[in-house]
Amino acid sequence: MNSLIILPILIPLLTGIILIFFSKNIPVQKLISVISSLLMVLSALYLAVAVYQDGIQTMNLSNWEAPFGITLVSDMLSALLVLTTSVIALACLLYSFRSIGKERESFFYYPVFFFLVLGINGAFTTGDIFNLFVFFEVMLMASYVLLVLGGTKIQLRETIKYILVNVISSALFVIAVAYLYSVVGTLNMAHISERISQIGQPGIVTVIAVFFLLVFGIKGAIFPLYFWLPGSYYAPPAPVMAMFGALLTKVGVYSITRTYTLFFYHDTGYTHGLLEILSIFTIIVGVIGAIAYSDVKKIIIYNVIVAVGVILFGVATLTEESLAGSVFYLIHDMIIKAALFLLIGIIVKITGTSSIKKMGGLIHQYPALAWTFFIAALALAGIPPLSGFAGKVLIVRSGLESGNYWGAGIVLLSSLFVLFSVMKIFINVFWGSPRAYRQQEPVPAKWLLAAPAVLTAFAVLYGLGTEALYPIISLAAETLSNPEIYINAVLKE
Amino acid sequence: MKTNDLILQTVSKVILFLIVLFSLYMFFAGHYHPGGGFVGGLMTSGAIVLMLLAYDIKTVTTILPVDYKKMIAVGLLFAAGTAAGGLLFGVPFLTHAFTYVDLPLLGKTSLHTAVLFDTGVYLVVIGVTMTIIQTIGESE
Repeated sequence: MNSLIILPILIPLLTGIILIFFSKNIPVQKLISVISSLLMVLSALYLAVAVYQDGIQTMNLSNWEAPFGITLVSDMLSALLVLTTSVIALACLLYSFRSIGKERESFFYYPVFFFLVLGINGAFTTGDIFNLFVFFEVMLMASYVLLVLGGTKIQLRETIKYILVNVISSALFVIAVAYLYSVVGTLNMAHISERISQIGQPGIVTVIAVFFLLVFGIKGAIFPLYFWLPGSYYAPPAPVMAMFGALLTKVGVYSITRTYTLFFYHDTGYTHGLLEILSIFTIIVGVIGAIAYSDVKKIIIYNVIVAVGVILFGVATLTEESLAGSVFYLIHDMIIKAALFLLIGIIVKITGTSSIKKMGGLIHQYPALAWTFFIAALALAGIPPLSGFAGKVLIVRSGLESGNYWGAGIVLLSSLFVLFSVMKIFINVFWGSPRAYRQQEPVPAKWLLAAPAVLTAFAVLYGLGTEALYPIISLAAETLSNPEIYINAVLKE
Repeated sequence: MKTNDLILQTVSKVILFLIVLFSLYMFFAGHYHPGGGFVGGLMTSGAIVLMLLAYDIKTVTTILPVDYKKMIAVGLLFAAGTAAGGLLFGVPFLTHAFTYVDLPLLGKTSLHTAVLFDTGVYLVVIGVTMTIIQTIGESE
């Protein structure tokens, strides 16, 4: 029996609980949270290695056999996502130490941070559709608290919108699960997949598929359900924004990927055609927003939407190559978005504004920050040999092979506009003549830069090591494109 | 005008014990009959809320000097600890153990680690409910 699979969920849970006891003792909180997030990274790494060597890892909770109890399933995709989540959580945690401020720290910032990680890791690992809902709620409740913590006016306003949207989408999720349960009579994801393939996806299952797309589309911000995202992600402080931008929407994207490759792959003409159209519109909307704004936060936030569209376009194409591209791009995007949000946080902290028209000449005082941002920007746009390249190449190539020239063309064009939007930040903020900024207190820019610099270095290595990583990624794509592997691993037939 | 809550306070004192006893009964009955940690915890916090209505927050915190936020954490520790305890015995997370014990007065009694998990739920429910009510009550 291998208990490795539970550790990335159990460690943040226990840490969050223990941190409640030390809510007023900030140094102890910091110490405990660093140690346990290091442990979490290590256990996630071991888990990924175990999955690579021995195939899919499963654990039947409570020792109940597969379709009857809750099963935790870690295939290559979820192991990689859990690993990426743990690394990003560690980076955001280290960044929080110097930037989040004493008031938030003494009001349960760190416990809630760990509950957020718990929800995300759990959502990536679970093999039960209702348990997925529960982990979604764990994640969302923690995100409500992190969004509102501090209680400034903009945070209160945006939290109300965010909670309202997410309560509605959670209710829709419950209804969707209820419909699915009344059709197939099971909640275990492998068993659902088996039952659906037995009845061959009649019309009602296609309706449920679209329903799930609606639910996860709200969580993952696809067109036309993205409307809540730009405002909500604008409100919280930088490390929270990085966690949200890098991880929360990706849980929605992961859920769409999982359900659309495991459950609803029998009538792809309708469901995946719909997903393809929506993903292309998502890219277009994101690109328009990224170009339109002259506000650093807004530009990066709209780039989150572009990335969601690109990943889902790969999922909608549904070949093994495009799925590999999506997995590549998904992990790249998590790392690079976290890095960019943290860098933006430093810039805003130094200049005291987020409008690029009021900034300039930062490269003279902060050269390291400038060049880290430059590399991160190039990686985001997918300039070879950086990390965004391989995924997009695979997605575009399989789009062209399946004859979807329009979609592939738009994905290619979007890179150009994404590059334009981040270079607009780079040129306006870092070049030009230096300006004087009023600062209340000195910004610990060197310390803050460490976390995003390490993440950017990861992105560079991820790009350079594409060849070495390809077998791992294609293992993930193989499980996605052959549901039998997943079903056999869980139900052990 | 100063009101006198003599009837309310006296009745609460009597009713309080009945409510707490009933909530404990609900809590322990959970395995074989309707009930369990959630409803038991809600009812116990109902009893504390009755105290809050009859007296004021200061009196109640003197009678029950409990930090309800810590209580949530203790309850979570109970639940997570029971669940993770299985890992030490080489069985999956959340696996429970079950045995019959002959106790002196009660006779043949079933003991189940799910009760410990339920204790966690019970404490968390009380902690959350009381934190919500007290925080709203104290804020101006």
